[in-house]
Amino acid sequence: MAKSQIELKVNGKVVEALVEPRTLLIHFLREELNLTGSHIGCETSHCGACTVDLDDKSVKSCTMFAVQANGADIRTIEGIANADGTLHAIQEGFREMHGLQCGFCTPGMITRAYRLLQENKNPSEEEIRFGISGNLCRCTGYQNIVKAIQFAAAKLNGSPFQEAAE
Amino acid sequence: MNDITPTSAERAAKLEGMGCKRKRVEDIRFVQGKGNYVDDVKLPGMLYGDLVRSPHGHARVKKIDTTKAAALPGVVAVITAETLKTVNLAWMPTLAGDTQMVLADGKVLFQNQEVAFVVAESREAAADAVELIEVDYEPLPVNVDPLKAMTDGAPMIREDLKDKTSGAHGKRKHYNHIFSWQAGDKAAADAAFAKADVTIKEMIIYPRVHPCPLETCQCVASFDKIKGELTLWGTFQAPHVIRTVGSLISKIPEHKIHVIAPDIGGGFGNKVGAYPGYICAIVASIVTGRPVKWTEDRIENLSTTAFARDFYMDVEIAATKDGRVTGLRCYTIADHGAFDACANATKWPAGLFSIISGSYDFPTAYCLVDGVYTNKAPGGVAFFTEIVGAGPSRACDILGIAMFDSAEIRIHPTGSGICRLGTKSQGQGHETTYAQIIATELGLPADSITVEEGNTDTAPYGLGTYGSRSTPVSGAATAMACRKIKAKAQMIAAYMLEVHDDDLEWDVDRFRVKGNPERFKTMTELAWAAYHEVPPGMEPGLEAINYYDPPNFTYPFGAYICVVDVDVDTGQTKVRRFYALDDCGTRINPMIIEGQIHGGLTEAFGIAMGQEIHYDAEGNVTTASFMDYFLPTAVETPHWETDWTTTPSPHHPIGAKGVGESPNVGGVPCFSNAINDAFAFLGSTHIQMPHDHWRTWMAAEKLGLHA
Repeated sequence: MAKSQIELKVNGKVVEALVEPRTLLIHFLREELNLTGSHIGCETSHCGACTVDLDDKSVKSCTMFAVQANGADIRTIEGIANADGTLHAIQEGFREMHGLQCGFCTPGMITRAYRLLQENKNPSEEEIRFGISGNLCRCTGYQNIVKAIQFAAAKLNGSPFQEAAE
Repeated sequence: MNDITPTSAERAAKLEGMGCKRKRVEDIRFVQGKGNYVDDVKLPGMLYGDLVRSPHGHARVKKIDTTKAAALPGVVAVITAETLKTVNLAWMPTLAGDTQMVLADGKVLFQNQEVAFVVAESREAAADAVELIEVDYEPLPVNVDPLKAMTDGAPMIREDLKDKTSGAHGKRKHYNHIFSWQAGDKAAADAAFAKADVTIKEMIIYPRVHPCPLETCQCVASFDKIKGELTLWGTFQAPHVIRTVGSLISKIPEHKIHVIAPDIGGGFGNKVGAYPGYICAIVASIVTGRPVKWTEDRIENLSTTAFARDFYMDVEIAATKDGRVTGLRCYTIADHGAFDACANATKWPAGLFSIISGSYDFPTAYCLVDGVYTNKAPGGVAFFTEIVGAGPSRACDILGIAMFDSAEIRIHPTGSGICRLGTKSQGQGHETTYAQIIATELGLPADSITVEEGNTDTAPYGLGTYGSRSTPVSGAATAMACRKIKAKAQMIAAYMLEVHDDDLEWDVDRFRVKGNPERFKTMTELAWAAYHEVPPGMEPGLEAINYYDPPNFTYPFGAYICVVDVDVDTGQTKVRRFYALDDCGTRINPMIIEGQIHGGLTEAFGIAMGQEIHYDAEGNVTTASFMDYFLPTAVETPHWETDWTTTPSPHHPIGAKGVGESPNVGGVPCFSNAINDAFAFLGSTHIQMPHDHWRTWMAAEKLGLHA
């Protein structure tokens, strides 16, 4: 199959590649770029394990072709940590609040939360729940994920994090 | 002692041992996308496998033409049952003593059954080739109704068992009958009914559901022809069992099979069994001499791998006039699909029987279960639950392998160490919690202990993780291995301090001389000494292994309360409050326990309020994608209120009990009872699960609430 030339930015680095037109973005990221943090959970846009940040939007990379990402600026879970290598506030929040168990949904969940907090710096619990409803988790029951995002929002806003009473 | 010497309590806190809400070790890699799951495994020259699956629920396979597929560029091999027969692998044993087709052998028995396996240079080429395989099917009558399975003239599912009047578990009553299990006291229960003031009877259906871990089942098989050795990476909850079963059926000697279960993206019982895809990938690697990766997509996962339940329970209760229950009888038909691969709760009386009779004070009870074949997918071990710490070998086994488990601990000279176990975490946080047990038992900081699982070459033999058994069984093995190490350390300490062993006492992280606490040796010092100055005649080193066969199950318990609003006009429901109190004995890591309860309650919520693997009359599975199968999102999922009591297990070395499945066991009836209770004042006696909006609206409609 004839391949197409694409050029895009992934985690701040310019990437040039030849891809089959039918290659999915998730396969391109995982198999060509070896960025295996984004996962495949359903291939039908439901579960969100493959969520990446593309041109300032959360995108499910299992239902987008790599050629459609030509010219895009992508950030994956591998590009979330702070420049000095320390954990981003969201990553820290997930660990502090036990917002993950098997870890399979986590990269997509964190990448989604990253965008959510850009769109809404101080979301309510309801807004967080709605904001991550395109990402499925089978282990945590979401409650601690909500707390993790609240933790991150507080940290990014420089305000103290107050865990809601049970 | 002087003022700057930390107190025992201060030293204990630093260890982050049992009872500490220790942050998880695993998270450091997971939050950075650096976990290592099976699909992340990439080997030089690796090929990709894909399966041709049956569109029919029941059909004769008249011809499979692979010519076009085999000719497609990039396709390396096509495997069918005929290929597998040359290596005697067309059928494989199941966990339940039955045999199962690896690839369709003359017939397909359920929709999406595996028919042929294509191996190609890329995922895409394999998928293209799947489309080019032409299969000539002759459809046969389908039965997906377990209540009709044992009727005269029901379609015969298993022609291979036609003349077998007994199966792996005794006599068969019908050609679609698999087994009968019974538990309890029939005579006593019948007597209770004979003299009861009141009896009630209800058919309670527990639909077929699927645990649906977010990562599907997958493997990479790599056969080294020169060494004659197979390395198999896979999503295995029980890697050693896979190695043993793999050896028995492939005839590759067990020491030449290396099974590696890397990080696993959730299991919930879905990843205990062996699936045809694994066997195909192994055979393909042997045939091609190259590594072969096989990954399921979501439809394959939902429609062909281990489901849970599918019980049709005819339940009767005897009671006195003033409402005291006096007896219980339950006749259950369990739909095991086309092959009995279902080591689930119906198998052990300890499972289903304890669940139905254990929550209330029934003086007597009797339970009879018939397992039947239908044109549905076979099981495996899903939501094994109910077994609560699958453990005592006298009560549980897999293919005759008793359900003990193991731990091996090595303490290094500098006082750090490694613990290897026969279990396998799929999100439970074993790398964090086992180290906490060791921290408390040996007085070494949890941070100084590496926990390793999932590599059959290095881990001691174990039965894996499911049935909430890791803490009850391997947690106990860990404590027992620690105690062996501690006993040796005490002898070394006595030698170094020139006192008798009995003159020493343990204090958090050290042995000290009784009545003279300034004279002590810390565990770190003793670790060094174990390699440098052991007493004369003592073997150097500081390590131990323990195989633990628990004397009993552990019995976690609790109480759940649900308050739900029902909108009878739309059928919509909203959980107003859900309170869960659990008692799992000694709490190793309260943060992780709470997380497991949250997760289990959410699974229970999904099961009770919307999940069903549904088949239409033609045998089409109509709920095999996330479009049709309900998984709760953050929006529907209720807020959980958790609480606990602590009643240590009387027989477990550290008093711990299983916990992961408690909320799944208790949560489902709690939600269902809340819905049922909402309608009970109108005289409704039972509304079947799942309580989705449509069914709830229908219940209201039937009760005349829309008039």
